[in-house]
Amino acid sequence: MVPLSGYLFLSAVLFSLGLYGALARKNAIAILLGVELMLNAVNINLVSFWRYGDTTQMAGQVFAIIVFAVAAAEVAVGLALIINVYRRRNTLNADEIDLMKW
Amino acid sequence: MTAEQIIFYIATGFILVSALMVVTTRNLIHAALWLVATLFGVAVVYATLDASFLAVVQVVVYIGAIAIMFIFAVMLTKRNLLDHVPQTNSNWPWAAGIAALTGAGLLYTASQLSTFGAQRPALSGDALMNLGKALVSPDAFVLPFEVASILLLAALIGAVYLAKK
Repeated sequence: MVPLSGYLFLSAVLFSLGLYGALARKNAIAILLGVELMLNAVNINLVSFWRYGDTTQMAGQVFAIIVFAVAAAEVAVGLALIINVYRRRNTLNADEIDLMKW
Repeated sequence: MTAEQIIFYIATGFILVSALMVVTTRNLIHAALWLVATLFGVAVVYATLDASFLAVVQVVVYIGAIAIMFIFAVMLTKRNLLDHVPQTNSNWPWAAGIAALTGAGLLYTASQLSTFGAQRPALSGDALMNLGKALVSPDAFVLPFEVASILLLAALIGAVYLAKK
């Protein structure tokens, strides 16, 4: 049987990969892909702590479901914003989307 | 090694390789398809954790809706894939350093937990039944459940408003 450490290792590495993607990528859609990876890492953590703790307390799984809902909302609004920016400025490069930068 | 361990290690390797491809591939369509692979691996991990409902929701909501929306967005902005320029900004070594530090910090913090090497207890009761009851029971999580539905409604209206102009 896999100990809790296996799941914690998986989620820590997945979170760092997502963080790297969100910080380093130029394309705004690729940044959102990195955020999705981070949310998935968090979900793995929540569910594994639920499974290795008191399994009658459903808080871990319920929190993971809320994260699903928030991720869906985030992607819907985020991609709508990105498509809107693309229509107006014809770019997806996050470095060039700097209208609000003093 | 039991079958469960073998499945977990294969899923872990699969998730990490495809997540690496998500953040390094030049072509965004390929990155989105690698994201589908990652999400599927995560669904397998949920299944090994006895979270059957979450495994199904992961496939239906994440792969079926979110990843497909990413592919739509990439296609709608296809003329600007930035294929000929570097895909990372000039600060990418800093980003890699911060990500590596965060990962090391997370692993260190996790290794300090008293439950770090814990073996899982036997599943008590029907987890799916408990989850369903917890989501609608007034003395459990009915309020966050309803707030999440309001959030989804607001996101729906906001996305339609933003995208229609």
